[in-house]
Amino acid sequence: MTKTNLTELTLTEAKGGLARKEFSAVELTQAFIGAIEQNRHLNAYVTETPELALEQAKASDTRLAAGKAGKLEGLPLAIKDLYCTKGIKTTASSKILHNFVPQYESTVTQNLWNEGAIMLGKVAMDEFAMGSSNTTSYYGNVISPWKEKARPEKDLCPGGSSGGSAAAVAGHLALAATASDTGGSIRQPAAFTGLVGIKPTYGLCSRRGMVAYASSLDQAGPLTHTVQDAALMLEVMASHDPLDSTSLNIEIPNFSSLLKSDLKGLKIGIPKEYIDGLGEEMLAEVNKGIEWAKSQGATIHEVSLPMTKYALPAYYVISPAEASSNLARYDGVRYGLRVEGATLDELYENTRREGFGTEVRRRIMIGTYVLSAGYYDAYYLKAQRVRTLIQRDFERVFKEVDLLLTPTTPGSAFALDEKPSDPVHMYLQDIYTVTVNLADLPGIAIPSGLDQKGLPLSLQLIGPRLSEQRLLNAALALEECAGFSSLVKDLRKAA
Amino acid sequence: MSLTRENVAKVAKLARIRLEDAELDVMKVEINGILNWIDQLQQVNTDGVDIFSEQQAQQLPERADVVDDGNIVDAILANAPEKAHGMFAVPKVVE
Repeated sequence: MTKTNLTELTLTEAKGGLARKEFSAVELTQAFIGAIEQNRHLNAYVTETPELALEQAKASDTRLAAGKAGKLEGLPLAIKDLYCTKGIKTTASSKILHNFVPQYESTVTQNLWNEGAIMLGKVAMDEFAMGSSNTTSYYGNVISPWKEKARPEKDLCPGGSSGGSAAAVAGHLALAATASDTGGSIRQPAAFTGLVGIKPTYGLCSRRGMVAYASSLDQAGPLTHTVQDAALMLEVMASHDPLDSTSLNIEIPNFSSLLKSDLKGLKIGIPKEYIDGLGEEMLAEVNKGIEWAKSQGATIHEVSLPMTKYALPAYYVISPAEASSNLARYDGVRYGLRVEGATLDELYENTRREGFGTEVRRRIMIGTYVLSAGYYDAYYLKAQRVRTLIQRDFERVFKEVDLLLTPTTPGSAFALDEKPSDPVHMYLQDIYTVTVNLADLPGIAIPSGLDQKGLPLSLQLIGPRLSEQRLLNAALALEECAGFSSLVKDLRKAA
Repeated sequence: MSLTRENVAKVAKLARIRLEDAELDVMKVEINGILNWIDQLQQVNTDGVDIFSEQQAQQLPERADVVDDGNIVDAILANAPEKAHGMFAVPKVVE
């Protein structure tokens, strides 16, 4: 083990270290608990669970000694605060759930505990997963551990909605984190913080116990330092769940043991609509990716996805519509915030007024409007038909090529005081990620380099449904070419 | 499509979110901006296009109609802001 600090290990390195008895799960957990205490300024954690973590760590050490280790035995993780964790406050970073204590465990987190993972705590997010900056959390902004070379005093945005998950992993406050992605909320924060983020095929992970935003788009996935780590996390998180009627009834492959660097003979498509209008730096990054892919034996093909420009507006009809329905349950009656009213209607109206932040209110209003009588056809059904055309675009393209290579975001992370003030400008952050959710496809973001501000840039690979292994294998090949972790090590030495 | 303040007030009523007058005005501007941007969807020819998708192609899974859960009143009421007699308590609805 060349790293002196346990918190700087990757998930896979820590797993190896525990197996070789170089340190115990308790020592590893204590290292992270200490790091969390010293980095509260990042505001990544909403609820810290150090006592629980140490209890779990002790049990893990016993199992490790007995040779009964699970796949994630003794490995401390951060959990996005929309996963219901039994007995532990779960807020979705909203005031309306500020005191909600779930009485059951989400399927994804139960899968993690079944394999011996350790919970360090619940991390912040954009309220109800609606955002790309983690600036809408009831608990305050999350701050990225990254800093611009020239303006190190500026607080930067970690991306969203899984900003807390990203800040926790990038800031070495957890080995890895669970996150979720509805329009880019795993991949965009991964891009902003130099991490790997994968959103699997819709239905691969169970949505049971996840606070819902848009049910036809939401998907669970991990945020990790490396592709190897992502493969291991995804393999455990994913499962068929009879309690989620959209859960795919398939065997989950052992992504991590089948993982190998592989781009040989693959046809990689570059969608021209994702390149048009791309800034110089990002364009140079995509060209780097193209050269890496070619050096690994892939061939490059230009493809076209003509419906691309309609993906964001379609998303901003469909997701608010589904959100308006999903968030109707927050009414002050059965759980969460209650603000009194003289009548039941007033109770609802006052509670929801107090409980929801401005972005959530805005999206509920849009959603309610597009579903209302007289507008349903013109907006909601129209958007659903456009969604079908977007899916058909990808189906057609995947007959010609195996994977697509694209930018993940238009650029690197912005400063918190320089974030887009107009809602639509903020929505444009997701321009390259949203299409993937609409088409139910898997997509992975990997850090590819640093821009001139010294901030991470990221490339995205998109595959057909259920192509996670091929995606991970291709991502591993690109990750090796990029050598991002050495870039970061050099940064640290220079600092 | 441009919403008036009355339209916005109606939507707020449907959404059961109380908004004051000044907030209605701000919301009106924001929503109109977003709807204006969304209107580009009208440029797309969707004649004869289904709203069929991969998800809908999957049959809804079924299970046997037997009771396999229940009798968890305490868990259900654990987070209740107000409860009485083993039930959620709300302001009187029926006159």
